[in-house]
Amino acid sequence: MTAPFGRRLCEVTANQATGGYRLFSLLDREGPAPEPGQFYMLAAEHGWGEGGGRPFLPRAISVAEMAPAKEGVRLDFLVEGVGPGTDRLCELEAGEEVWVAGPLGNSFETPKQVNPDAAGAILVGGGIGTAPMAIWRRHLVERGIPLRVLLGFRNREHSGGLTELFCAGGTLCPDVRLASEDGHAGHQGYVTDLLATMLTGDDAGSAVVYSCGPPAMLEAVRTLCAEHGVACELAMESPMACGFGACFGCAVPKPDGGYLRLCVDGPIVRGDAVAEVAHA
Amino acid sequence: MPDFCGIHLDHPVINASGTYDAIAARRVFGDALLEDFPFSAFVSKTITPEPRAGNQPQRIWETPAGMINSIGLPNRGLEGFLAEDLPELAKLPVPLIVSVMATNHEEFSRLVAAVEAREEVAAIELNVSCPNVHSGLIVGEQPAETEALLEVLRPLTEKPLIVKLTPNVAAPEAVAVAAEAGGADAVSLINTLKASAIDPETRAPAPAAGHGGLSGPAVRPIALQQLRTVAAVTEVPLIGMGGISSGADADEFLALGATLVAVGTESFRDPRAGARIANELETKVSEASLRL
Repeated sequence: MTAPFGRRLCEVTANQATGGYRLFSLLDREGPAPEPGQFYMLAAEHGWGEGGGRPFLPRAISVAEMAPAKEGVRLDFLVEGVGPGTDRLCELEAGEEVWVAGPLGNSFETPKQVNPDAAGAILVGGGIGTAPMAIWRRHLVERGIPLRVLLGFRNREHSGGLTELFCAGGTLCPDVRLASEDGHAGHQGYVTDLLATMLTGDDAGSAVVYSCGPPAMLEAVRTLCAEHGVACELAMESPMACGFGACFGCAVPKPDGGYLRLCVDGPIVRGDAVAEVAHA
Repeated sequence: MPDFCGIHLDHPVINASGTYDAIAARRVFGDALLEDFPFSAFVSKTITPEPRAGNQPQRIWETPAGMINSIGLPNRGLEGFLAEDLPELAKLPVPLIVSVMATNHEEFSRLVAAVEAREEVAAIELNVSCPNVHSGLIVGEQPAETEALLEVLRPLTEKPLIVKLTPNVAAPEAVAVAAEAGGADAVSLINTLKASAIDPETRAPAPAAGHGGLSGPAVRPIALQQLRTVAAVTEVPLIGMGGISSGADADEFLALGATLVAVGTESFRDPRAGARIANELETKVSEASLRL
């Protein structure tokens, strides 16, 4: 599947607070539905560099959820304001327009595509990285693939999206377990503590791990999976100017030297296809 | 319909070298890229004699109205380019300009001779923002080095030779004059400006290399001034670039005498920026003629 050539304006249809994050929706009347794990390059039509300042470049944001809409596709994005670009996306109001290019990048593979012997999936999301786990979780559930979802947050201020993306009827979905560093929800500690426990179980070898989160967490996931001989797919992030292979900015080191271009070779990368996940 | 060194182009907007990977873009956008190709000629990434992996991340850093890059010229090397990339680039619906760079005359000669032999290539751009390993001097910062290089390369090819000037000199016009004296058919400018930023979290210089090249609208007034000084002393066609993001911006470069303009950073924000800017230029021209 290819993306429509160029960028297009999409209307903001909603933007709500969720914990410390924002969850906003765009109506995409032209693009194909994204696959789980894909991303878009987003830039507000106004308030984005016209004054000669920042933000200047579009921002690469993974899709948290999508749904068919009356006149296209509804795209949901979970964002945390951490700089001029994400701050502007957080303040989008319904009716505003956003420049959109995408869907871009590759998507998650099913457990059987990764490992023919695999029977199920373990999804590990941290912080804002829980977003692509939501659309992937729904995709797996709809296909009847057994799964566990482990989500971790630093604290209440750095959390969000649970109610909108991982709950049914106001209750956390039964396959989801939580961890928080401050203990405000679930296990007090890292989400990778939960993963470590799971991977020591008898049937761990029959799972494929999918993960998205901060670099230190992804590196812990990658290392844990390697130690237990479990395949994993990591949804990675990198500074990215274009999203379509033009800028060569999003270099990620390969284990044998050289670099991947995350926008066109990723953002989903097998754990054994990258060197140590470094803080970019 | 501009004529550039005998090459007929549909409009005056091309890409800046290293800012558009047409092969990757075709994977992402499909054949729509070819049907509606944004540029009237395509300039390849710079090819070096041997493959290069490029620099360690972090490679890019957003700045006010621009960005700093320290990419490090990743490419497959001459052999890989000729075998794998050139056949793909030959499928583009526009003339192909190949950018080359080496660190001595022998290697530069090898690149130019190899590209000269390929009829898919319409012209060659020399990236001279590199050191000569023998002298240790950046070729494009020294008029004498630039002229000496052109005198070696000029006899090797009948294709138009374009010299890409660096802006990181006190007098770019002196280098342009030297390039012309050495037999260059055209001059393109500007390359990126040396720049650095500070990561507020670590207070360390950014990108990872500590510095890089600044591009985007922030550099446009500098590009215009350098184009002005170069246009005043050269006869060869000029390709103007530096922060062009609209037809009005492009027209500023044309007003100063550029035959073509190149778009770089704006393509990162808008993959079809080249076509949009060409359309805006055409609209501007037809509006101007209506006023007469």
